[in-house]
Amino acid sequence: MTVSSDATHDTSGWGVLDDLPGHPMMWVLIFSELTAFGLLLGAFAVARAVDPAGFAADQTRLDVGLAGLNTLVLIASGWLAARAAIAARSGRRAAVRGLTAGAIALGALFIGIKLVEYGHEIAGGADPETSTFFTLYFLLTGFHLLHVGLGMVILAVVGWRAAADDVETGAAFWHMVDLVWLVMMPSLYLIR
Amino acid sequence: MTYQSQKVALLYFYGALTLFLAQVLFGVLAATIYVLPNTLSELLPFNIVRMIHTNSLIVWSLMGFMGATYFLLPEETETELYSTTLAKVQFWLFFAAAGIAVVGYLFQYHEGREFLEQPFAIKVGIVIVCLMFLFNITMTALKGRKTTVTNILLFGLWGVAIFFLFAFYNPINLALDKMYWWYIVHLWVEGVWELIMASVLAYLMIKLNGIDREVVEKWLYVIIGLALFSGILGTGHHYYWIGAPGYWQWIGSLFSTLEVAPFFAMMVFTIHMTWKAGRKHPNHAALLWSIGCSVMAFFGAGVWGFLHTLSSVNYYTHGTQVTAAHGHLAFFGAYVMLNLAVMAYAMPQLRGRAPYNQWLSIASFWLMTTAMSVMTFALTFAGVVQVHLQRVLGQGYMDVQGQIAPFYWVRLGSGVVVLIAALMFVWALLVPGREKLTPAATGGRLQPAE
Repeated sequence: MTVSSDATHDTSGWGVLDDLPGHPMMWVLIFSELTAFGLLLGAFAVARAVDPAGFAADQTRLDVGLAGLNTLVLIASGWLAARAAIAARSGRRAAVRGLTAGAIALGALFIGIKLVEYGHEIAGGADPETSTFFTLYFLLTGFHLLHVGLGMVILAVVGWRAAADDVETGAAFWHMVDLVWLVMMPSLYLIR
Repeated sequence: MTYQSQKVALLYFYGALTLFLAQVLFGVLAATIYVLPNTLSELLPFNIVRMIHTNSLIVWSLMGFMGATYFLLPEETETELYSTTLAKVQFWLFFAAAGIAVVGYLFQYHEGREFLEQPFAIKVGIVIVCLMFLFNITMTALKGRKTTVTNILLFGLWGVAIFFLFAFYNPINLALDKMYWWYIVHLWVEGVWELIMASVLAYLMIKLNGIDREVVEKWLYVIIGLALFSGILGTGHHYYWIGAPGYWQWIGSLFSTLEVAPFFAMMVFTIHMTWKAGRKHPNHAALLWSIGCSVMAFFGAGVWGFLHTLSSVNYYTHGTQVTAAHGHLAFFGAYVMLNLAVMAYAMPQLRGRAPYNQWLSIASFWLMTTAMSVMTFALTFAGVVQVHLQRVLGQGYMDVQGQIAPFYWVRLGSGVVVLIAALMFVWALLVPGREKLTPAATGGRLQPAE
């Protein structure tokens, strides 16, 4: 006997999350991540409004060229992950593995370029304690970088098994990492 | 009650209730010293009274969790406990260790380091007790049915034991000492204890509202996902002023703000589940305590926590009565009420009675909750005045204490009411109504479809 039979005998009982691709718990994580990154970017905007001159001066010490290159790398990687999700839906296991491997390789390239960029900035005398700008810069990009690493692990796991639902779940996370970078990159590097 | 070994929980509940009364009694005593500072000053100094107040709270909370685990585990795993003898020996060891520690405190024998004042030998005893407990429940879980409720409960309980190990590491450097100290204090109450809370509430919702396990499990995953996402890095809100790098102010502010989310989700969960089920279970008192737990935890831990968690706010409020207000309502809502909810549900079954004197338990609920709310508001107002006079205007600490004394009188009054409400609750559990046990009233009527 059950009081709540209506909620359990329909599709899967996750409410609004049912219609999204991949596992609903991944979407709970994605919304949590977007909230966290969104709040941190909001904090960055407020801190910048408080000290526009200081932020503008520190911004010139960043390497816009490498960040632009990294943007292309990450978007390309996201495209490969999307292709992998499509391949998984039609059951082409070898294609899924190849495409996720490509996405992971570009993720690794992103991390490499980012570390080179950090190297330049640290050599130029910037660290997380230098100023509010650099504290937030290192926190935002550092957290993002950790998510690139985590995303690569997730892609490796779902790519190997190549089940359509799993690959969609992994690709959803990977696109979140893309999306956060696409908002973060202009906020940190370009907006004057 | 379906399994004989569940009866061992009764011992833990008696022990927990004893320490609960001791905790509230020493709380009232400490509140008295606040307004009449010479009370027992030679015999029982304030620091010792406070130590007993906080330590007994933690120990009885844990004892209640253990009782709750021993009660719900056989039903969840559909098998008797691995060993009831081990559970009984473990209880008496734990109770003796707690008793010896308290007697030691009375003679000023302790190690300092707030909340971890237990002498080394007692700490070792606590570890042995935890190992006995974890062995017993893990063996039970392994031989029985695996459920999400059990998995998450065990995850939380193992976490409690693992993080307690940091109690043995006490670096000379005060900043490092504090950093590791929070690994226990924060990662318990804002980490693994939340897993215990969520899984026990989930169990209560299954039993009291007859909600399908599949529905409850989804809620449970979302709640613990949010709790761990926010709670682990939320530790940073303790690292603002202890000598840790400045970026912790951003990390702590951000993630501890998100700590409101799991408490909000737990409140929505219990209210939504009850609304769906329509309060059909005969044990209304247990249901009231369960919902009250999630609501008061949301206000105490969530709202009152957020009040002073941003580093720019905490710069002014740190260590003032604002902290005391938050601490009292958070612990009461989340962990005191959780244990009282479990006892209100389990005790009638364990004692083979119809759901006891519900009127008294419900009256106790409203009285205790109101008194704790009054106490919280009194301390919050005291804290706001204190912040302004002491931190903004720069007046001396003791000058300010004199000016906020009226709030301390209100706190003492509400504390006395909490003590009365606690006695009412214990009476309602132990001196039940005369009704004979009927199948319809055992609390087993609304079993969910498994």
